[in-house]
Parts: sequence; structure tokens; C-alpha cells
Amino acid sequence: MSGHISPKSTYYAIFGALMVCTALTVGAAYIDLGNLNFPVAFAIAVFKATLVVLFFMHVKYGSRMTKLIVGTAFFFLGIMLALTMSDYLSRGWFTSPNGTTGAGAITSLSGPAAPAAEPAAPAEPAAEPR
Amino acid sequence: MPNGSAAGHAEPHGHHHPALQHHFDDLEQQHEASTLGMWLFLVTEVMFFGGLILTYTLYRIWYPTAWAIGSEELDIYLGGFNTIVLILSSLTMALAVRAAQTGQQKATVTWLVLTMALGLTFLVVKFFEYKEKFELNHVPGPYFQFEGPESPHVQIFFSLYFALTGVHALHMIIGFALMSVITTMAAKGRFTPEWYTPVELAGLYWHFVDIVWIFLFPLLYLVDRHYVG
Repeated sequence: MSGHISPKSTYYAIFGALMVCTALTVGAAYIDLGNLNFPVAFAIAVFKATLVVLFFMHVKYGSRMTKLIVGTAFFFLGIMLALTMSDYLSRGWFTSPNGTTGAGAITSLSGPAAPAAEPAAPAEPAAEPR
Repeated sequence: MPNGSAAGHAEPHGHHHPALQHHFDDLEQQHEASTLGMWLFLVTEVMFFGGLILTYTLYRIWYPTAWAIGSEELDIYLGGFNTIVLILSSLTMALAVRAAQTGQQKATVTWLVLTMALGLTFLVVKFFEYKEKFELNHVPGPYFQFEGPESPHVQIFFSLYFALTGVHALHMIIGFALMSVITTMAAKGRFTPEWYTPVELAGLYWHFVDIVWIFLFPLLYLVDRHYVG
């Protein structure tokens, strides 16, 4: 039938690669990379997921239609993540006179008089704990 | 339409494969349509888990300290063990599909049973992780207890921990049920190299659940380790 039959060695190689990446992501977690810890962990996970999708899920050998649908899924997921993050990560950029531009620094457009409205969150300048 | 066109159906029940349904030209087309359908379902799953992971990320940006404290409470050894178990189960699943493709019935059943055993191992480990959280009162709700000023935000972390791993575990349980049906079918010799679509689709689902865990493990267990470690 249509299905492409991969040699067993391919599956074992992919499994090995996934294990190596798991070890990498565990190792990277214990190194302080500053703001990069999260992106690094996420990038390794994306790479692992790509291996699974292409080889274990046979998308590499699938029809163009399958590839289109799979690509669309991750494209729209990317839109959701990127647009949401571009909002939340940039909220503190231009409104804070004291330069706390770190991700998650919650500042309001009306200036520093905001604390009454938001009692809990602004207490921690998110740039610091990293 | 009781009397469909006879074109292309000269022998309505003649020589074709018993699994071939009449609205498809051949098994290849039918297999392609089934795979596409499964992928469309998985697209909705991608968006579903994507939304949850986005929520996790946003709260992490807001409460980085609480996230580091909460993450530290999770057992990295159990999480790592489960990661290996689940990736291994993806390998056995891939080999089960391969065995079905090449018509090795016994091997198909063996690999499927191994996959189920690994899935069960994952769930048992998860059960003991949950049990520990219940004993420590780390389960969000009226009985939640956590020392320190970050307590309310750590509770948000645990809410998302339980939501993400809980929904994932539910998918594992559904996958396990799915797999027992497929294994029974394989044991009865229902699959041939011409038609093994159910094994392939169950495999797609199983690998997807594995992918979700590939994201959950670093995000929940690992990413804040360097604060303390």
C-alpha cells in the first residue's frame, strides 16, 4: 500500500537522538543562562517534536496535503504564541520611567500612580529574580 | 441516492479488500483520507494544548519566583524517568506500525502490548506523584498549604501543573483504551500490509501525546532548576 516503510535503524536512530536531546535539556536546565533558559528548553522541545512528527508520525513521507495541514497547525500555533507574547513581553518597554523593561514588569500608561489598582503584581520587578 | 452510478463499480462486492468502503476508489485513497482526518483532529489538539501552555508561560512571566519555587517541588527523577518511558513507548509504537506494514502479526501484537505496558508504567508513576502532592496539601483548592509569601502564586503554578499533566494523563488513558482495541484486532489477525489504518492512526495519536509530554517535562520540571541547583 501507500505507506512508506522505514528501516528499523531509522527508528532506533530517532530514539537515540530524542534521548540525547532529553539529556541536553536536563543539563541545560542546571546552567544559569539568564533569560535564555526558557528559550533554550523550548527550542530543544521543538526540535524533539519535529523529529517525532517527521519520522515517527511519517509526515516526511506523507502527501503534500498532510504536510500542509500539519504545517498550518503549527503556523497558527506560532501566531497565537508570538502575537500574545509580543503584547505581554513589551508592556513595560515605553511606559516605565525608571527603566524596568524586563518581561512582565506591569506598568500602566497613566504613570506611577498605578499601585492602587494592582496591589500584588507590581511588587516584584520581574527583571530581578533572574 | 439508492442507485448510484455504476461507473467504476463494475464489481460492487467482487474482488476488492473487505475493508475498502464504497466511496473510495482504492485502499490508498481511503488510507490517505483517514490519515488526513486524524491529523485534522490532532490540529485541534495542538491548539488545545497550545492554549494551556501559553497560559502557563504568561503566568510564569508574571510570577517567576513562584514558578521557580513550585517547579522545585516536582520530582525531577520521576519526571525524567517518565520522559524516558514515554519516548520508549513511542519507539515501540513506531515499531508496531512497522510490523503491521510488513504483515508481521505476532510482532505487531508484541510491540503494541509493550507500548501499553510502558503507557501504564507512566500512569502509575504519575499516580504516585499526584499522591505525594495530595499528602503535602499542594493541590489547589480550600486545603492548599504552602509556606512563604509566594504561596498564592505557587497555587497558580500547581493549578496549571495539575491542569496540564491531568489533561495529558487523560489522553494517556484514552490512548490506552484505544490501544487495547487495536491490540485485540491485531491478535485476531484483522490487519494486513494492504490495510493497517487503525494501527497507523492509533500511532499518530500516541506520538502526539508523547510530543505533549516532550514540552511539559522541561516547562514544568526543568526550566527553573538553576535558581537552586
